[in-house]
Amino acid sequence: MNAATVFGLLATALVGVGLYGFIVNPQPLRKILAFNVIGSGVFLLFGAIARRGAALGLSGDPVPQALLITGIVVAFSATALAVTVLLRLFDETGSTTLSSGPAPSASDPDPAKARE
Amino acid sequence: MIEVFHLVPALLIGALAVYTTVARDTFAATVGFIAYGLMLTVAWVQLHGVDVALTESAIGGGLTGLLLVRASAKLRASEAAARAERPRASTRLAAAILAAAVSAGLAIAVLALPDPAPTLAPEVLANIGPTGVGNPITAVLMAFRATDTLLESIVLLLALVGVWSLAPDRVWGGRPGPRYNADPDGILAFIARVLPPIGIIVGIYIFWVGADDPGGKFQGATIVAAMWLLVLMAGLTDAPPISRRLLRAGLVAGPVAFIAIGFAGVATAGAFLAYPDGWSKPLILVVEFALMPSLALTLGLIMAGAPERTEAASPREAAP
Repeated sequence: MNAATVFGLLATALVGVGLYGFIVNPQPLRKILAFNVIGSGVFLLFGAIARRGAALGLSGDPVPQALLITGIVVAFSATALAVTVLLRLFDETGSTTLSSGPAPSASDPDPAKARE
Repeated sequence: MIEVFHLVPALLIGALAVYTTVARDTFAATVGFIAYGLMLTVAWVQLHGVDVALTESAIGGGLTGLLLVRASAKLRASEAAARAERPRASTRLAAAILAAAVSAGLAIAVLALPDPAPTLAPEVLANIGPTGVGNPITAVLMAFRATDTLLESIVLLLALVGVWSLAPDRVWGGRPGPRYNADPDGILAFIARVLPPIGIIVGIYIFWVGADDPGGKFQGATIVAAMWLLVLMAGLTDAPPISRRLLRAGLVAGPVAFIAIGFAGVATAGAFLAYPDGWSKPLILVVEFALMPSLALTLGLIMAGAPERTEAASPREAAP
């Protein structure tokens, strides 16, 4: 197994772990964190594909590698915005719950709300 | 033997990802995420993506990690209530099955990737000559796909506008973040005096070598921004009020120069962001030099956060 396969398979595992955390962890900050784990898995998968494109003395395909740099910066921008929204929500309401009911209940875990 | 150097980091990264997901305490999870980001850097080096490794360690692990750790410390009071919302075992099981299915599907795709792999490396090498830069990734970022880089710098600016717009009305135009008060004789203040001269040189060096070797403006700007944050957190200086015109001009200077050169390309080379023959390297340098300070300022201010105090900040309190 070469590096591209090992880290390609790791990347698939990271996407799965991140997705599980995204659904299961109720805290919005944990969802942002899980979103970053999913993102890094996607980046790593793309990086493994870039490595497979090594040719003519280059150690990898430079086009995906350049797109990855852009992707990491954009993911940081989205994370920063999400964290600031969350902190403002906490300042305004004193709580960070995403639950719509009056009392926190276990029956309404809606991960989609974390992205809005 | 070589495989050990792939498998050990891979196992460590996987274990850290699981830890950040299952750790009970959110603060612990975010600290785990920083370690995870640093270990990912090793994976990127193993994949020979040194430019990406620099970006991942600086932005993916460093800045994102700092952002999450700081937020988790502020949100500590909400932890107990959130734990009560933990979904039932059946939901968790369904989530685990879904996640495993997604992973398995991706793994099948990874193992079935075409061989030989498709690559744009020959096209990049065939056209890199006229751009005048030696690092193929920089050539892609600044010449072949300069639109991406332009939009990326604007995305960062929009993120900053988004962060600022979350300020309460009464402090609009004020200073971001709290006024940090560290012991002026403490280790933090000491490091904040010693490290920045070195860090700024390293940041500018990484920026400069990006033309021919791994590095570039985003990685360099992140290091410079980190030095500024260190000085801020040590209480040696205060963040500027966001209403300051000079500050805002500095933020948009880089993207504006990039756009201007892009439109100049319409007149001189027939397309937006095209460079006329023989002018590629100088124009790329102008864009890079204009972007780097704007990027450092934008990244630093995004990290500093939304305005929390009015412009007339309270005088510094005596350190305990």
